[in-house]
Amino acid sequence: MAHFLKDKVCVVGVGETKYTRGTASTTLQDALEASAKALADAGLKPHDIDGIVSNAGLAPAPETLAANLGIRELKFAVGNTVGGGAGACAGLQIAATAIAAELATTVLMPVGWHSYSGLRVRKLGSEVDLTTVPGPIGATIADFYMPQGAFVPAHFYGWMATRYVQEYGVKPQSAAAVALAARRHCHLNPLAYMRGRPLTLEDYLNSRIISYPFRLNDCCLETDGACAIVMTTAERARDLRKPPVYISGCAEGHPYPDDDFGARTDLLHIGLTDAAPKAYAMAEVTPADLDFAEVYDCFTYVVLIELEALGVCKRGEAGDFVRGGAIELGGRLPILTHGGLLSEAHLAGASHIVEAVRQLRRECGERQVKDAEVGVVTGWGDFGDGSIAILRR
Amino acid sequence: MTNPGGKYQLPLPARMGLAAEFYRYCKAHELRFQRCTDCGAWRHLPRPMCPECGSFNYQWARASGRGKVYSWITVVQPMLPAFNDAVPYIVPLVDMEEGVRMVAMLEGVAPEAMHIGMAVEVYFEDATPEITLPRFRKAR
Ligand SMILES: [Zn+2]
Repeated sequence: MAHFLKDKVCVVGVGETKYTRGTASTTLQDALEASAKALADAGLKPHDIDGIVSNAGLAPAPETLAANLGIRELKFAVGNTVGGGAGACAGLQIAATAIAAELATTVLMPVGWHSYSGLRVRKLGSEVDLTTVPGPIGATIADFYMPQGAFVPAHFYGWMATRYVQEYGVKPQSAAAVALAARRHCHLNPLAYMRGRPLTLEDYLNSRIISYPFRLNDCCLETDGACAIVMTTAERARDLRKPPVYISGCAEGHPYPDDDFGARTDLLHIGLTDAAPKAYAMAEVTPADLDFAEVYDCFTYVVLIELEALGVCKRGEAGDFVRGGAIELGGRLPILTHGGLLSEAHLAGASHIVEAVRQLRRECGERQVKDAEVGVVTGWGDFGDGSIAILRR
Repeated sequence: MTNPGGKYQLPLPARMGLAAEFYRYCKAHELRFQRCTDCGAWRHLPRPMCPECGSFNYQWARASGRGKVYSWITVVQPMLPAFNDAVPYIVPLVDMEEGVRMVAMLEGVAPEAMHIGMAVEVYFEDATPEITLPRFRKAR
């Protein structure tokens, strides 16, 4: 019997601001601008919204958004999804569950983040007081990692990446293939921050080491902007402006223990390792059915580990897979067709959902994946929390 | 990790909750982890409850300080000015003999000499009169 959530809820509107480095705007203003565009995209008015999901502290509170949008009857408000970049896909799951359970009919999920002009993740421990960071990671870093010199994502995920490189003999050229694919794709995306700025393998290999094994070009961008996503029931979706995109499967997963990298028996068993099989089962698809994958790309090596968790390739084999061109447009499984966090902008995973929706509506012009029917989006946050959504047209 | 003036300059632990007890033993140059007095399971980071059996009973049991490298990073670009003189530095994850894993800077090993399974041991650095930090060095 099909899962009760399968194909019950659709994404019906998406929108975003410009992506910049430096802004005179606020995250509230940006979130509202993206929300207005997403509503227009759907052919809906603000008062059609009766639920708001805000992402893990990366968007204004639902109540603030509702006040600005003139939503008189807010029935469902979630102000804090799971950590960081896992929050966007996890937010789809929360919204879909609420809609399928008839707690709300139409849910807005804005993600506004000034990761360049606001508090930068790289400033953890300096401008950001770790003892005030919400969720499970702040105290761990403040008490046990920071005094030992490990306090930004490049450090934490570096432990994973080193283990991965050492266990499987992964070459820098494999990580480079991810960075290069994202960059090539971004040239076809008018919104992408790095559009028109080429990146060659030589550039990549010559880019400086930030924290072994990460080079500069293994690391995502920091940018300013916002995205918004509108979801409603499949029945309502059929009467709206754009073709519906169905949430066929969704799941989240958490590595154990979630608040400490150090104690994990297998550092490469990530949240997505547990989440992916559940999402496939719900959607009743297999990795072979995927036409594209918008894989959360805070770091290139993380993408390789996620491709394995997704079952796209076996453990230790993602390097060979990506070096063969499979992940480029026209390849077996194009990834990051918008350029991702590496080359488009850092919207904490929300722009990955926006791109997947546009691919499935076949609105992507030059970067359109031919005959796209089913796509996957992943999220990744904090210390390796994972989330996944399988979308279909 | 001191500057030429002799003042310790790297960030110090916030020592919130049970972490304060861990560092109290460090000050006495003793590495101790929590050990459940009901099921015997060791744990680190410090927690009120035993994740293996649910017990709230534990002792701070003396650890050998010896372990083997599970993974590591070599930080080349300082992400805070305080680390300008420290780079490049190595921060391994170490499988301790008691079965827990621990994070601490590794002193005196060249980045190119790093490998999984390298035997290391804890020593203590008195950072300030109040705070002592555990560090790793190559096992002797
Ligand atoms: Zn116990």
